Amino acid sequence: MITGMLKREIKLSYRRKADLANPLLFFLMMIVLFPLGVTPNTDKLSVIAPGLVWVAGLLSTLLSLDMMFRDDYEDGSLEQMLLAAAPAEMLVTAKIIAHWLMTGLPLTLVSPFLALSLAMPERAIPALIISLGLGTLTFSLIGSVGAALTVGLRKGGLLLSLLVMPLFIPILIFGASAVTAAATEFPYQAQLAYVGAICLGALAIVPWITTMALKVSVSE
Amino acid sequence: MWTWFHKWGSPKWFYDMSKPWSFWLGLLSIITLSVGVVWGLAFAPSDYQMGNSYRIIFVHVPAAFSAQSIYMGMAVLGIIGFVWKMKMSFMMAKVLAPIGCSLAILAFITGAIWGAPTWGTPWVWDARIISVLVMVLLYFGVIAIHYVIDNQTNADKAAAVLTILGTINIPIIKYSVEWWNTLHQPSSIKLTEKPAMPPEMFIPLFIMIFGFYFFIGYLSLVRGRAELLERERRAGWVKDEIKAQAEKY
Repeated sequence: MITGMLKREIKLSYRRKADLANPLLFFLMMIVLFPLGVTPNTDKLSVIAPGLVWVAGLLSTLLSLDMMFRDDYEDGSLEQMLLAAAPAEMLVTAKIIAHWLMTGLPLTLVSPFLALSLAMPERAIPALIISLGLGTLTFSLIGSVGAALTVGLRKGGLLLSLLVMPLFIPILIFGASAVTAAATEFPYQAQLAYVGAICLGALAIVPWITTMALKVSVSE
Repeated sequence: MWTWFHKWGSPKWFYDMSKPWSFWLGLLSIITLSVGVVWGLAFAPSDYQMGNSYRIIFVHVPAAFSAQSIYMGMAVLGIIGFVWKMKMSFMMAKVLAPIGCSLAILAFITGAIWGAPTWGTPWVWDARIISVLVMVLLYFGVIAIHYVIDNQTNADKAAAVLTILGTINIPIIKYSVEWWNTLHQPSSIKLTEKPAMPPEMFIPLFIMIFGFYFFIGYLSLVRGRAELLERERRAGWVKDEIKAQAEKY
């Protein structure tokens, strides 16, 4: 059932390539802006590179959250999913994972190149990929609650950011500090473990909360 | 006991009972807050390290303390609302949000005033301060939900979902000073242990904390009554009440 849902989601988003490219392009443009706005000096850039990539990744995910349930809400299929015999929590989990596959994963795969362009040391690349991969999945998970709460609103974008941004902060702190630690040759396993723990905790709790929030939004 | 508790879930009974309750809570808060302020600012001994600048503790600690309790209270009210379908409990969560938000901001302001002379800076990015900042942002989120979502029932439920999710942050705030090496000091008062300060200091502090709670109780009942009248404006007893009030003047 999850695989069926995943296939549907991937097929749908593959047909709408603009939505697929949007967060990636935003990510790219943010990374380009920082050397131009702050400094092109590679010594200074390499110090702030982990934080920049992480903040850019957070904001790009935030940008893409609004579309997670929007289309299904507007054409009514979301209501059918909640009414279906299959547990709605499973379908919601599949939708969240699909959202990550379409936004977080490509972003993670592109991030090493952008990080290297910001003069981040090569030894930090593994830490960057693992932490950003887990981190964007956690963003998709926690963000799905905000997306579910605001799906019924015409202009939910700003409210969505306000709702989920505070909950993103701990992930940003641990994720970015893991990469910084790796870049400066310190052990980074502890920070990575925190990101992983938050991710698993969210995976265990979020589908139920998101389903509850979707039911509230759909009942409008 | 339980029937008494259940009665608060009835709008009419809430409206009738909250009047004497808010009066006594208001009176109590005036007494405790004035005793606490005078005792704390004028009679409590000064600190051997911080001198008189520590006296802002009598506002800072109660404000930070009660801002967190209000958040937890809102989450409990949200759970009660979901489990027992009590709309009054959602309503109280709504009226509590701006109070808790203001108190958290008050804790920031007093903290900055306190930090400037003692830490040498009004603001640091330390774990306690960031986690309280997260709580303030969550408060803003809850308040924003009520502004943006027009349907009252849906706004109540959406705000409750966000509040419940955000309670993850509360233990982080509490233990941030123990888990991480922060500039913010660990708490000087604990419920289970003897306070790390002499009684001349902590008795006025406790009076202030109780004063803040009485004041919050008073304020939330007054706000709750106003909110209730607006929500139940179509109910017969509200119309009778308004008619009775209009005849009085």
